[in-house]
Amino acid sequence: MPKLPIYMDNHATTPVDQRVLEAMLPYFSEKFGNAASRNHSFGWEAEEAVDRARGQIAQLINAKSKEIIFTSGATESDNLAIKGVVEFYREKGDHIVTCVTEHKAVLDSCRALERAGKASVTYLPVDKYGMVDPDAVRKALTDRTVLVTIMYANNEIGTIHPVAEIGRIARERGVVFHCDAVQAAGKIPVDVERDNIDLLSISAHKIYGPKGVGALYVRSRGPRVRITPQMDGGGHERGMRSGTLNVTGIVGLGKACEVAASEMAEENRRLLDLRDKLQAGIFERLDEVSLNGHPTERLPGNLNVSFAYVEGESLLMGLHDIAVSSGSACTSATLEPSYVIRALGVSDELAHSSIRFGLGRFNTEEEVDFVTGRVTHEVKRLREMSPLYEMARDGIDLKSVQWKAE
Amino acid sequence: MAYSDKVIDHYNNPRNVGSFDKSDADVGTGIVGAPECGDVMKLQLRINPESRMIEDARFKTFGCGSAIASSSYVTELVKGKHIDEAMTIRNTVIVKELNLPPVKIHCSVLAEDAIKAAIGDWKKHHEDGAPAAAEPRKAQEG
Repeated sequence: MPKLPIYMDNHATTPVDQRVLEAMLPYFSEKFGNAASRNHSFGWEAEEAVDRARGQIAQLINAKSKEIIFTSGATESDNLAIKGVVEFYREKGDHIVTCVTEHKAVLDSCRALERAGKASVTYLPVDKYGMVDPDAVRKALTDRTVLVTIMYANNEIGTIHPVAEIGRIARERGVVFHCDAVQAAGKIPVDVERDNIDLLSISAHKIYGPKGVGALYVRSRGPRVRITPQMDGGGHERGMRSGTLNVTGIVGLGKACEVAASEMAEENRRLLDLRDKLQAGIFERLDEVSLNGHPTERLPGNLNVSFAYVEGESLLMGLHDIAVSSGSACTSATLEPSYVIRALGVSDELAHSSIRFGLGRFNTEEEVDFVTGRVTHEVKRLREMSPLYEMARDGIDLKSVQWKAE
Repeated sequence: MAYSDKVIDHYNNPRNVGSFDKSDADVGTGIVGAPECGDVMKLQLRINPESRMIEDARFKTFGCGSAIASSSYVTELVKGKHIDEAMTIRNTVIVKELNLPPVKIHCSVLAEDAIKAAIGDWKKHHEDGAPAAAEPRKAQEG
């Protein structure tokens, strides 16, 4: 029996790796200097640590150290990239191409620009696996397009977009390509040169680093990309992001990237085995289960499944000793089911029935076996309680029923 | 969101889960909600045609824990009540009993609607000229 509760929600956040924590600890009280203090050893020590972290992050994504800008997290990175590009290139144009399954930090940044009359936005659809068609990106580009922003891998369904091809299309047309790589950098090989990426958002806490720190990669050459800063102040980070650097967090982000880079291949093999075992176990034991996301082009730790006739939140309640998440409306503030799952063309009912399992570095095979058993048991129990399951078994087509909704 | 102890209790030990035979004239069936909204409740009441008392109740619910708990509680609440009294049950009683937070009040509204729908269904058989209590009782408990 594994230790309970089990954490299997690693797309939401991850625990700080012990090695990352140890790297960070001296920078709280001992080496506390301000990296911007240029005239004493406390400052130099902090600056040295920040530069080391810049190198570790750059190495993970095949960039140069000076191309890394530190932020408070990926939401800030996305805001800075999108608003920064649109503002800087406003003489050139005002059109953005993005996609409907992007993270809210991207979608709402785009919407804010639309509302302010600063940009018009094309929201591309995705196919049934959640993938954007690069050809659709090509067709959406106009003479006014200044930015393409497409995520590397989706946070709910794990689908990995054909980023390199999208990047190539944007590059050919001289359009800046921003990529939210929060779920990908440190998890799968990301290479800003191979993938033709100009701006890339990274978060520390998704890769076993601390919360509250992230980075934005800003291409310096071939072509040089410019952004207008979104915060006024002391002109830190080459004027792109003012504010005293979060040295401790930055050291943690750097170390997390270093560990991720050195263990990625092995970790992915292990995660893929665990994920496939979980998937096979659930699909063998239960009928009317469907996968949300791409069957193969998917993050190794991701498994998003809809359990027909069972509402997601009630299933989460039954799995109270297992931390996973649901696309059900009841778990969100808006009472709408997941917009990502709905974008796949899945019915609202199945969107309400979706559960996301996010496997990570510290999950074990014993945990996977336990989760498989618990999920199977709870789904069967709730189906026995479900009027929809009963109707479906009686051969009633649920789509033909006239529901008396409020 | 943290659930109240009573919601958890009903979720873990739901009362009166199952189905009666829909074609039984003494049984009133109410199905409310819609799958795309994430809530469907089926409430069935066995009503004595002479005394018009609710003798038994069954439910099945697709929905969140609060929806399951609301319907489970309602089956306990209506048993032994005259249908006229059951028709006066308001959702606020359910909210109070289960300590439902504001975001879950719609679950209690749905449960109140289910009572009315089930009684309404029964009345269709008994007040529109259909024979009262003509068929033998055959309960299917699932």
